[in-house]
Amino acid sequence: MAIEWFLVLSALLFTVGFTGVLVRRNPVVILLCLELMLSAGALALISFSRLHGDGDGQVFVLMVLVVAACEVVVGLGLVVAMFRRRIPLDVDAMKELKG
Amino acid sequence: MEAVAFFVGALGALGGAFAVVFLRNPFYSVLALVVHLVFLASLFLLLQAQFIAAAQIVVYAGAVMVIYVFVAAYVGGIEEPMFDSAPQLRIFGPILAGLLFIQISIAVLGSSLMGLGSQGVEQVEAGFGTPEAVGKLMLEDFMIAFEAASLLLLVAAVAAIVLAGRKKQSEGAG
Repeated sequence: MAIEWFLVLSALLFTVGFTGVLVRRNPVVILLCLELMLSAGALALISFSRLHGDGDGQVFVLMVLVVAACEVVVGLGLVVAMFRRRIPLDVDAMKELKG
Repeated sequence: MEAVAFFVGALGALGGAFAVVFLRNPFYSVLALVVHLVFLASLFLLLQAQFIAAAQIVVYAGAVMVIYVFVAAYVGGIEEPMFDSAPQLRIFGPILAGLLFIQISIAVLGSSLMGLGSQGVEQVEAGFGTPEAVGKLMLEDFMIAFEAASLLLLVAAVAAIVLAGRKKQSEGAG
């Protein structure tokens, strides 16, 4: 398969994740959609790594994995804290965060 | 044969992604993301990134998704209305997403112009994408990034305990 198929697929996956962040309100699902966007970025990095025959992109994907894991841990910690304090799990309900 | 593998992987990954966004129960969304990640790992195999594919399944679809399943079960499956976001987002969200797709496509295709229509370099060096090659790169060329990543993981672990840990009664609910 030519490389551009993978690149367009990664753009499409990123777009789906982006739509999810915009239209969903549950913070857990929003975190899942962020994961979608990160994994789309990983697919693009691996495609470019294959395109140039250079392993640097693959190391970069491992770093993305680490950052994604950190984001999950902190984000889900926030969700658990919200649940404990009986704050409704709805990002639109957190109006005080508006600047 | 390779095309069949690509389209199976691509349809699975896309289907998983759409299921994450459009399923109402967050618990099912998490399971859909696991499906998405497994199919994505098959695409990584097509791109000769064996180690990343294995790491994706073990670390991501295995360990990280367990945390998600735990939290989704802990906070309970809240059935939410499909598109209950602000009405302006319901209209502009998909439009913005479409524009973003066009823009990203131009960007990624523009930066790979020399490789359009090709499968990349004809002959990757032996051992490309194996744990040996990736580990050598990471511990020799990207040592500082590796150390920074480990520090970041430590900070995130501490942050999770601070955020989700049980507060003492004297400190109040704050």
